[in-house]
Amino acid sequence: MFSTALIVFREALEIAMILGIVLSATRGLSGRAWWVAGGLCAGLLGSGLVAVFASRISDAADGMGQEIFNAGILFAAALLIGWTVVWMQGHARQMSAQLRKVGHDVVAGALPHYTLSVIVGLAMLRECSEIVLFVYGMVVSGEPVPGIITGSALGLTFGVMVGVMLYYGMLKLPARYALKVTSWILILLVAGLAAQGANFLSAAGYFPNFTSVMWDSSWLVSENGILGRVLHTLVGYSAHPTAIELIFYGATFALLVGLVRFASRHPYHHPHPPQAA
Amino acid sequence: MSFSRLFVAAFALSLPLQAFAADDYTLTLKDHAFTPAELVLPADKKVKIVVKNEDSTSAEFESKELNREKVINGNSKATIMVGPLKPGTYAFVDEFHEDVAKGKIVVK
Repeated sequence: MFSTALIVFREALEIAMILGIVLSATRGLSGRAWWVAGGLCAGLLGSGLVAVFASRISDAADGMGQEIFNAGILFAAALLIGWTVVWMQGHARQMSAQLRKVGHDVVAGALPHYTLSVIVGLAMLRECSEIVLFVYGMVVSGEPVPGIITGSALGLTFGVMVGVMLYYGMLKLPARYALKVTSWILILLVAGLAAQGANFLSAAGYFPNFTSVMWDSSWLVSENGILGRVLHTLVGYSAHPTAIELIFYGATFALLVGLVRFASRHPYHHPHPPQAA
Repeated sequence: MSFSRLFVAAFALSLPLQAFAADDYTLTLKDHAFTPAELVLPADKKVKIVVKNEDSTSAEFESKELNREKVINGNSKATIMVGPLKPGTYAFVDEFHEDVAKGKIVVK
């Protein structure tokens, strides 16, 4: 039961952390609960499909289908979350005005709500399919079902708890710093996602000249420990980064910082500002 | 129209030529144990490892040192490309049964 709990916890932790931060960052969006729920359901269904078709996906593209698929998901998530960060910066003034005005509905020029759904769905897709395959394997191999259920429930609960703690922790940030801190965290998160995507592409054979490992920092923080895993998800920490990973990380970081700076200098101006009540 | 042709050409050219240069090695996973538990590989060469999962349940081959992670369904096999690798030891596990299913790759 404990090994089940641990493995489910590890996978759930990754999803929960990403979602906790992204959801706390987008709390200004109205009516988003439905869109988030939609994303969760789609993500769950999708991950079930991924689990069922795992072999087909894997055998595609000369046996590198899984790597390409994972890279695709990671890059798509990076793109969407990255865009959300830039969008938030451009609408910063609007969002803070809306937060103060109770009852004011839609943020004009709103971030399309489905962006949030897709981010949620993507975050769920990969990790949930691994959980599904793992649990299914446990059941099929004759492990006692009550132990599997308890273990999975434990793992899920603790994983979700961490995400919830992150979410409320971020909400507690003083309003003045909230956007800035959140943006920096998300930028690092996105750079990490892009670096992971690059790794999957290089596992599939791309970038053949950039695969050498640049250093080994596992003496400092091992990727197998809890701190290493948390850092890996939050900021893309890798104890054995390859050249291409570092290139993608640096480039994504630089690109996002540039775009955010640009957005803060050219904020969105609503053509018909809402009149004071 | 010419732009999309250019795009297709560029994409095709950038595809990995993996089928050409790699040697084949096999790792077998049975009863949640890897055989061989220690796989010796040559240094500085591209290597193709075929991981055969002879158990009926899925496994997740993972190695942080190699930067590789792949789910392998029961009674299936998967290909993992590694290298060129510097000499050293690289640990790997089946993440779903980490305490028992583990091994290492020794590169000489």
